[in-house]
Amino acid sequence: MKDYDVIIIGAGVTGSAIARELSRYQLRIAVFDKNSDVGEGTSKANSGIVHAGFDAKPGSLKAKLNVQGSEMMPKLAEDLGIPFMRNGSMVVALSDEDVAHMNELKQRGEENGVKGLRILSREEALEMEPNLSDDTKGALFAPTGGIICPFRLTNAMAESACVNGVKFHLLTEVTNITREEDGYRIDAMQKDEFDEAKDHTVSYTATCIVNAAGVYADIFHNMMTDDKLTITPRKGEYCLLDVTAGKHVGRTIFRMPSAMGKGILVSPTIHGNLLVGPTATDLEDKEGNFTTKEGLDTVNRPGASAVKDLPMREVITSFAGLRPHGDKGDFVIGEIEGAPNFIDAAAIESPGLTASPAIGVMVADIIKEKLSPEENPDFVPTLEPFSYMKLLPVEKQQQLIAKDPAYGNIICRCASISEGEILETIRRPLGARTLDGVKRRTGANMGRCQGGFCYPKVMEILSRELGIPMDKITKKGRGSEILTGKIKQQEGQDHAE
Amino acid sequence: MQNKIYDAIIVGGGPAGLAAALSLKENGITDVLILERDKELGGILNQCIHNGFGLHTFNEELTGPEYAARYIQMVLTEKIPYQLETMVMNIEPVEENGTVIKVVTATSTEYGMQLLKTKSVILSMGCREKPRGALNIPGYRPAGIYSAGTAQKFVNIDGFMPGREVVILGSGDIGLIMARRMTLEGAKVKLVAEIMPYSGGLKRNIVQCLDDFGIPLLLSHTVVEIKGKTRVEGVVIAKVDENFRPIPGTEQEISCDTLLLSVGLIPENELSRNMGLAMSPATRGAVVDDDLQTSCPGVFACGNVLHVHDLVDHVSEEAVEAGKHAADYIKGFAASDPGLTHDLDPDTALMKKFAARNATRNGVNPNETIENADGSKTFVLPCINCPAGCIVNVTVKDGQVTEVSGNKCPRGETYARNEVTAPVRIVTSNVYVSGSDKPVVSVKTAEPIPKGSIDACVEALKNVTAKAPVKIGDVVLANVAGTGIDVIATANAE
Repeated sequence: MKDYDVIIIGAGVTGSAIARELSRYQLRIAVFDKNSDVGEGTSKANSGIVHAGFDAKPGSLKAKLNVQGSEMMPKLAEDLGIPFMRNGSMVVALSDEDVAHMNELKQRGEENGVKGLRILSREEALEMEPNLSDDTKGALFAPTGGIICPFRLTNAMAESACVNGVKFHLLTEVTNITREEDGYRIDAMQKDEFDEAKDHTVSYTATCIVNAAGVYADIFHNMMTDDKLTITPRKGEYCLLDVTAGKHVGRTIFRMPSAMGKGILVSPTIHGNLLVGPTATDLEDKEGNFTTKEGLDTVNRPGASAVKDLPMREVITSFAGLRPHGDKGDFVIGEIEGAPNFIDAAAIESPGLTASPAIGVMVADIIKEKLSPEENPDFVPTLEPFSYMKLLPVEKQQQLIAKDPAYGNIICRCASISEGEILETIRRPLGARTLDGVKRRTGANMGRCQGGFCYPKVMEILSRELGIPMDKITKKGRGSEILTGKIKQQEGQDHAE
Repeated sequence: MQNKIYDAIIVGGGPAGLAAALSLKENGITDVLILERDKELGGILNQCIHNGFGLHTFNEELTGPEYAARYIQMVLTEKIPYQLETMVMNIEPVEENGTVIKVVTATSTEYGMQLLKTKSVILSMGCREKPRGALNIPGYRPAGIYSAGTAQKFVNIDGFMPGREVVILGSGDIGLIMARRMTLEGAKVKLVAEIMPYSGGLKRNIVQCLDDFGIPLLLSHTVVEIKGKTRVEGVVIAKVDENFRPIPGTEQEISCDTLLLSVGLIPENELSRNMGLAMSPATRGAVVDDDLQTSCPGVFACGNVLHVHDLVDHVSEEAVEAGKHAADYIKGFAASDPGLTHDLDPDTALMKKFAARNATRNGVNPNETIENADGSKTFVLPCINCPAGCIVNVTVKDGQVTEVSGNKCPRGETYARNEVTAPVRIVTSNVYVSGSDKPVVSVKTAEPIPKGSIDACVEALKNVTAKAPVKIGDVVLANVAGTGIDVIATANAE
């Protein structure tokens, strides 16, 4: 018997969505990821937008799955207990040429099944968003556009999959896939959390493979077929502004899209910050998610977006993400010809975050067809609710603190995150083990001080809770230790305590 | 909600909050509560274990914890109530029985979520450091980039090293202090880069923290790129032109595992902003009238939350003022309806003074030597005795001091004479402590020791473990490095 019925490569938003959908069936499922946490690739550095779906070419997978994903999002967010808001989006026309495009875009959107699209006059647009560019000629308004936390969406879907029986093999980097009778063998490097010397190779077999490896998906695809796929990491650089700037616009503001993507957008985030970006630069390096001077200059340039007077002095951080841009012009989803039961979920660039729930269903349907599994009678669609102290009424806060005083101990000053909330994220299935893990799950370290005050405190909590010594606590896995040892050390000598 | 109405609630138990509380008491107001988010009173002073505090207030030079301890002792003596590990989440003016009170929402492990009523509020939350993001330095986002204050907490309070090879960006005082501190703990501080053509730090810190250890200060330089994916592996620095733009061709890569940022402080005004106070873009603190009252009547502000101060002594002074005016407000409380808000002039002389203090930082090129015609040498020394930083000229001929000028007090002359013949320094550090919930306790040499003995002193401290309870002034190591001078504790550890 194979080790698993299905192995999913990649614990990003795509892999996690697929895993969750598959956990509705009686299947033995595993997710492999090379990183120490889920969602460490494309899923952690994107716009956090739930796109309305007017942009993609009618008839494409992007178009279909975008609209489906957007429709699924409210229920999914409710089930998983994650904040989601339909703040609406606008595509702003800044020239006569743009105005022509805007009308095409509306038509395209309607063809895609996007509801409520409306052309706004300059006056209407400015009334809704007074900080739009002075050159605004009009705008396409999409009331179904939304914002969501990309980290929480990924984490919550992964956690839901985990609770429903999916096994996550983190720190497991797939190195090779070979065809075997009735399935595949996967060779991988099992990395130790702390010690490189303890890394070792492992092998697993599975009937079905799902390739959701993000920017690496072409590598696994090309192991299986001569019909090659090229995934180009397309870098997007962003600036994140403090919550003080979060109300500069209320909706997600796009420029008219071009061949390279949707241009520099300006959007409030679900955390109340303001996001400006992304750029679009094609790279060779699949790990090249560093920011550049040119990129940040582009984001910062006045007139780069359709929004004026951006308070760029409120920038609290900048970051870069890599979109997996495929050369087929669309998402690549489906069984590879000549490689039965090897299913791609590749080239999931924008609107991948929005589409992810629908991609999950689509891939699960393909596998259902093949393996004819029974339904999982124990499947639970909802998650244990997470205690967002900030969102609770005072009486509920009081009750929570009375039950566990840790909820009264505020660790992150900027976002008012309590020790209790941090402990929850560590203790939950697939819980946080690093500072970035805590950051993405709670928002601690994410505020205007960027961890200046809460780093040491969060480290103490991680150390205490996980039994990891302080100087082994990392930002994002081995090699990113925060501390280099104790004070008062002679070269190569521990302090005798 | 409790029905009790306090006279005053003080948000923050650092130097400003403590002095304000004492000032209220002095002015006859006793129904006061201090809310402090940390485990102990004293605020950021507890991690500022270096000396240089208190010359104005106490006429002697203290370390941060010692300065804080004096105020804490006074607050204890006066029996002023306080809550620790209590974070104020919200402040709201509310009309009640024809007058306006404030409702302070605070959360803590011990008291839970509290809604406290008060006639007046004194804001004294202090300030925080600007993060990397504010600088938009390109690169990956590896571990190893910290604000200088975070590094200070790691080293001085937690007893951990955040790095071994360090570049510091920004020559603010915390950056300079940490350059020395990291060096004393065995790290190699490669350089301090400052984008301005002058340092924003005090002259005494440039002398004692950089020059003493041969750490280069590169003015008109900045970090243009950070190398390393998981942990910092180096930074690229470049010279900047008069518009602070990097000059192409001047880049050089410096290998290091840590980048410390000391690029400025920002008043921490989340609460002030949330309650809708008028804010000053120049100081980034609240707009206040001459009574230090904000645009919400009965809400006062003082210390670094109002505008960033150079000296804690000035913070204490300002807090005394705020306490006085708050006392007046409380005494007249029943007689008036203050309303929810009042308009303030953002351009008063006082506000301009705050803003100006923020904008102008002195620049000096210390330790210049002038060769005189008669063969003598004149050393231009910024005096390090106090933050005034007098520039003292000492002329030396044939090994003898012939003239001292520029000093405003006799200590300046003593310093200058010593500095050219036998320089001395007070060494501040910490030692491990056993039997306490604190891992380390801060210490200093009771008197200055010869500069040449600093290394031996630091080495000796590596092998010291103090036993709790330790009290301020306790000798933790007698006659350090044969100097005849004791190392004493500058904080308590129970």
